[in-house]
Amino acid sequence: MDVFLETFLNWRIVQEAWPILWQGFQATLLLSALVVPLGLAGGVMIALLSTATTPWVRWPLRVWVDTFRALPPLVLLVFIFAGLPFIGLDVGAWGAVAIGFFLNTGAYYGEILRAGIESVPRGQIEAARSTGLTRGQAMAYIVLPQAVRNVLPDLISNTLEVVKLTSIASVVALPELLFQARQAQSVTYNATPIMAAAVAYFVLLWPVVRLLSRLENRQLAGRR
Amino acid sequence: MTGWERFTDSFFNARVMAEYLPKIVDGFVLTVWLALLIIVAGLALGLLLAVLRAFGLRPLNWLIVFTVDLFRALPPLVIIVLLFFGLPNAGIELSGFVASWLALTLVLMAFAEEIFWAGITSVPKGQWEAARSTGLGFVQTLAFVVLPQALRITIPPLTNRTIAITKGTALASVVAVQDILGAANAGVSFSFNPSPLTLGAIAYLILFFPVVVLGRWIETRFAWRR
Repeated sequence: MDVFLETFLNWRIVQEAWPILWQGFQATLLLSALVVPLGLAGGVMIALLSTATTPWVRWPLRVWVDTFRALPPLVLLVFIFAGLPFIGLDVGAWGAVAIGFFLNTGAYYGEILRAGIESVPRGQIEAARSTGLTRGQAMAYIVLPQAVRNVLPDLISNTLEVVKLTSIASVVALPELLFQARQAQSVTYNATPIMAAAVAYFVLLWPVVRLLSRLENRQLAGRR
Repeated sequence: MTGWERFTDSFFNARVMAEYLPKIVDGFVLTVWLALLIIVAGLALGLLLAVLRAFGLRPLNWLIVFTVDLFRALPPLVIIVLLFFGLPNAGIELSGFVASWLALTLVLMAFAEEIFWAGITSVPKGQWEAARSTGLGFVQTLAFVVLPQALRITIPPLTNRTIAITKGTALASVVAVQDILGAANAGVSFSFNPSPLTLGAIAYLILFFPVVVLGRWIETRFAWRR
């Protein structure tokens, strides 16, 4: 037990590693603030395109979405970070993360928003159009707000996954929380920094998990 | 060399691809094994926890809810790193494969418990009461009346979550497992050519594209009419 406390919950090590960990925590927040809007923007684009009636848009779009849902995000990230420089495209760690997350999370957000748009009855858009709103206005003011409300639990759930997923940026040496914790561990020969990072993630994300748990229970129960 | 030649020479280099194809195939087999072991263990543990929770023992339920919340909030890679790089500092060594399997199993367990539990609570109380009044015991009611109804509505969310978590097997490459991504990374550093990564990406698409399409089909097939 003493060995366990010494290696995983060592207060002295926490104090020593604090500046490095704090930098990492800030970078994780910044990274999330970058990739969540990027993914949402990609998702809105995909969802709007998927309302197109012509199969020449719908089918390529579906292949695009399924491709990026099928590729593990880490594979995509490594491909962009380590593969593209071979043809002279060196986008750096931040660039690679931004592009990878745009493609991956964009596909997920797109699927969710598409389902949301489809859940809004056709009568809504017809009524909106008949009052004189243009297609774009009807989409922006009538359909999207209802669509977002209908799939809000899924949107929050996906955002939670995106924030958790930022930890893979450590693989391309972006100094976010997990990367900094590993650095601190290799300096101190002690696993406490990684434990501290885990605690930080938990404290940050637990309220979201609680909220989701309530929303999901209600949603699944409501299907009967 | 023109730009196009440079592109094909880098990403579709036939010589390099032929050389590393066997390694990628080995990695493919390893990834499939890892994924299957995660799915079996994760779903079984998740169902077990949900059933235990149905007994309604307060302290036990708090423990279950906390465990589930913990593994839903922690990024899988953090758990893998903690198990693989952290435990050795306390004298416990896990192989990369075991660390990845254990981490992703715990994550799937947490998500599966949540979904199974939601399914169980969605079965109307009248079903419980009717079953009990015909003389079935608590366990019999749960097993023969409640669970069959609960499991059906859990299928779509469970499928999607399982797919998402098994894609996390690529994280095992971080702890030196020679799965598809691990083998591809090794290939790139030996050949100094990114074609093995192209092969790796293709391998993942072969593995997961049908699964994603299947998940989409299941979602519409089992969808509850609103």
